[in-house]
Amino acid sequence: MTFSESFFARHFQITTRDLESWLAEGLSRGGDYADLYFEYLETTSVALDESILKSATQGVTLGAGVRVISGERTGYAYTDDLSPDRLRAAARTAACIADGPASELKHSLEQGSKRELYVLPEPASLAGRVELVTRADSAARAADSRVFQVSASYSDSLRHNLIATSDGRLAWDTQPMARLNVSVLSREPQGQPQRGYSGGGGRIGLGFFTGEHSAEAYAKEAVRQSIVQLTAVEAPAGECTVVLGPGWPGILLHEAVGHGLEADFNRKGVSAFSNLIGQKVASPLCTVVDDGTIALRRGSLNFDDEGQPTGQNVLIENGVLRGYLHDRLSSALLRTPATGNGRRENYQHIPMPRMTNTYLKAGESDPEEIIRSVQRGLYCANFGGGQVDITSGNFVFSAIESYLIEDGRLTRPVRGASLIGNGPAALREVSMVGTDLKLDQGIGICGKEGQSVPVGVGIPTVKLDRITVGGTARA
Amino acid sequence: MNRHLEFEELAQRAVRLALAKGASGAEATILQGDEFQVTVRMGEVEILKDAGSRAIGLRVLYGLRSASAYTSDLSEAGLARMVESASELAKVSMEDPHGGLPDPGELGCLDGDLELYSPDVDAVVPARRIELSRLAEQAALQFDPRITNSEGSTYSSVTGWRVLANSDGFCHSYRTSSCSLSAQPVVQLDGRMERDYWHHSALRFDRLESPESIGRTAAERVVRRLGARKVQTQAVPVIFEPRVARSLLGHVFSSVAGEAVYHQASFLAGDLGKRVASPKLTVIDDATLPGRFGSSPSDDEGVRSRRTVVIGNGVLQSYLLNSYSARKLKLRTTANASRGLTGSPSTGAGNLYVEAGEASPRELISSIKGGLYVTELIGSGVNIVSGDYSRGAAGLWIEDGEPAFPVHEITVSGNLRRMLEQIEGVGNDLEFRGSIACPTLLLGELTVSGT
Repeated sequence: MTFSESFFARHFQITTRDLESWLAEGLSRGGDYADLYFEYLETTSVALDESILKSATQGVTLGAGVRVISGERTGYAYTDDLSPDRLRAAARTAACIADGPASELKHSLEQGSKRELYVLPEPASLAGRVELVTRADSAARAADSRVFQVSASYSDSLRHNLIATSDGRLAWDTQPMARLNVSVLSREPQGQPQRGYSGGGGRIGLGFFTGEHSAEAYAKEAVRQSIVQLTAVEAPAGECTVVLGPGWPGILLHEAVGHGLEADFNRKGVSAFSNLIGQKVASPLCTVVDDGTIALRRGSLNFDDEGQPTGQNVLIENGVLRGYLHDRLSSALLRTPATGNGRRENYQHIPMPRMTNTYLKAGESDPEEIIRSVQRGLYCANFGGGQVDITSGNFVFSAIESYLIEDGRLTRPVRGASLIGNGPAALREVSMVGTDLKLDQGIGICGKEGQSVPVGVGIPTVKLDRITVGGTARA
Repeated sequence: MNRHLEFEELAQRAVRLALAKGASGAEATILQGDEFQVTVRMGEVEILKDAGSRAIGLRVLYGLRSASAYTSDLSEAGLARMVESASELAKVSMEDPHGGLPDPGELGCLDGDLELYSPDVDAVVPARRIELSRLAEQAALQFDPRITNSEGSTYSSVTGWRVLANSDGFCHSYRTSSCSLSAQPVVQLDGRMERDYWHHSALRFDRLESPESIGRTAAERVVRRLGARKVQTQAVPVIFEPRVARSLLGHVFSSVAGEAVYHQASFLAGDLGKRVASPKLTVIDDATLPGRFGSSPSDDEGVRSRRTVVIGNGVLQSYLLNSYSARKLKLRTTANASRGLTGSPSTGAGNLYVEAGEASPRELISSIKGGLYVTELIGSGVNIVSGDYSRGAAGLWIEDGEPAFPVHEITVSGNLRRMLEQIEGVGNDLEFRGSIACPTLLLGELTVSGT
């Protein structure tokens, strides 16, 4: 596809000459670099609650952002009106970060290589979306008589973007995203209600939700989780050996090392991982990768929001820190190759280093053997969210489905508890890594400095010799 | 300023278009905002951002069925597409017996000026805004020689309009302004680093805390974290300083919000009229206070704002409701409808606060022999259904009524139901720094997990 056939060229009559003239406006007061980011996002969501479709929403957002970089300084302006005058005005505003004679626009725009990690899904009908959530609702209610509340929601979107840079980079993409969520409450008669939750999706469409990803499968999983909580006892308090199950518990990596390895924190020297490249930051069993190139995944992108192709970036190799996650600014300032991790929530925001899909590579231990190796400890099968202070390195992630391990066997389920550790130290406690690497189901949202982006995580079954568990049952 | 008339007309036009297409009712919301941000780091401007946007959202009702659409394209064509979208969607949504617009008798706005907008915010020249960031960071960096780094200081401001019109004749717009300044210094000692932050926000520029004060406070806080260690796992009294005590009040809000209550997804569901907390706790929600962040002339479905006593001396006196949850619970709305651009409203707070008590923070600290003074909480381990609470924490360890040493990499855990009952002390230091405000709180016992 040539540029003139692309979305913004066709719908908004934008030409490469227009783009070059706005870039030149951005560099009109000097500056080393300028880029333009156009975005058109259409979203549809339906939600079933108490078996009634209470909410159906559809919307469009549209806008463009202009960025100018001068040294370490970034100027930014955006407009939700794509008329030439407004774009020129935004470029002029962003240009004010610099203060000198105009820089020359040296490169003409050239389209980069194409990649296809996802395809445009079949268009979904409203009826089809409603059917999906209705099936989830019915399946959840039928799964167990103790279920008394069910909410099921489905949301899908299509994001068209266009990036043009003063380096001559020209890239455009169409990015699908869909997600199904099921949330249930169950209770014993007169008992305390407990919640269960399940969800998934990716850069796919409605047709994805069959088989192991069917509405029924998610519904049953949500019910299973809430039923388990009905008999949960107090979680232990204090340092504990913890075994993490595969999949979403990979949030450990996202919080313990992921944010700490974002290059903006490291080039400023404010991360606990600053100046540690080449040092041991984890057990030799740990190889951590951030990979934006996995097909159809929620955290994947053909190229990042600066037009840089995403990559498979080895962050930690056999326990040794190898590299950071970069946006254009940090890779230029640290004179290191780009990694394709410059992302932004939408056209109203400045890109910064963000994760894509972050996982720990599979190891050699049999997952059952890992559990058997624990005398007394905790097995955490599922988590809610987490958070990290990248300067001290302290991070938490909150377990929502865990079981006591007693003499190498899973015994009683325990109530939710947060686990807390310190990034550079926590992964040194990894003493066994399973063969069963799984990526999460496609529900991750990462927040940083007021910007949310979709991400993925993954991990095999892993044993952490020691981490603090925030329960209430003291030994 | 005729902008708001233009927006009001637009919102009303969207409502009329929806009715013309066959809807029995409609609500249109317009949000418009201009934002500015400057971040200075190590004395240099790092980021400068300046822009604005506006968008419209529409909810249509076809009897008891509703659907919503939104767009940032405010042209005739854009509006028409939005109305078309909403109408099509309404065909697939289902009848909801409790749905619909608020009772017309509840609609209205507070009289008088709520002082939510001040022209002095936009009037601050860019050079001054940059200087404020520079001064705040400088004050932090100069406070202590061990503070050698910073994540930067940010000055930001937002001004904008909010408009709501509905098919029952409600139409109102109001303007808001806010400015804020922050400092986030980093301190280093023996190869370990800590960061902390302090910020202030105000509706009027002349009420914004000075950069020197913000920088200094951030610096004092970060230096206080040096040498932080873990402690042994134990159950102790815990004091929450105001900035973290606010989060406890946030959990109370989530527990009394209409949605959670009618779904029975709250540990406080069904407890109206019962004692749910220590008699020292009184929680008020008040959207009528002039010059405060949580105030508005009406809620986001046009119901006149009011003051509600949520918890009075420990007794749960009211949930916080919008029209929908009120109907579900056979109660009256408390004017707490909250909505972004579109969709059915959820629940939001006005100015939510814990009434100040008598003890000073100093007295509360002195009153405990050994325990924890929490200055930071991280993580989301709070379950409103069960009340289970488990969050990462940092703070100061108290020994013999005095702060002894900083602590971190610990968690505090308990259950919200017991936590509310165990509020043994409420400080006299209530200060509104946002729409949720809480004084220092002393809780009798929580589990601190460490080593």
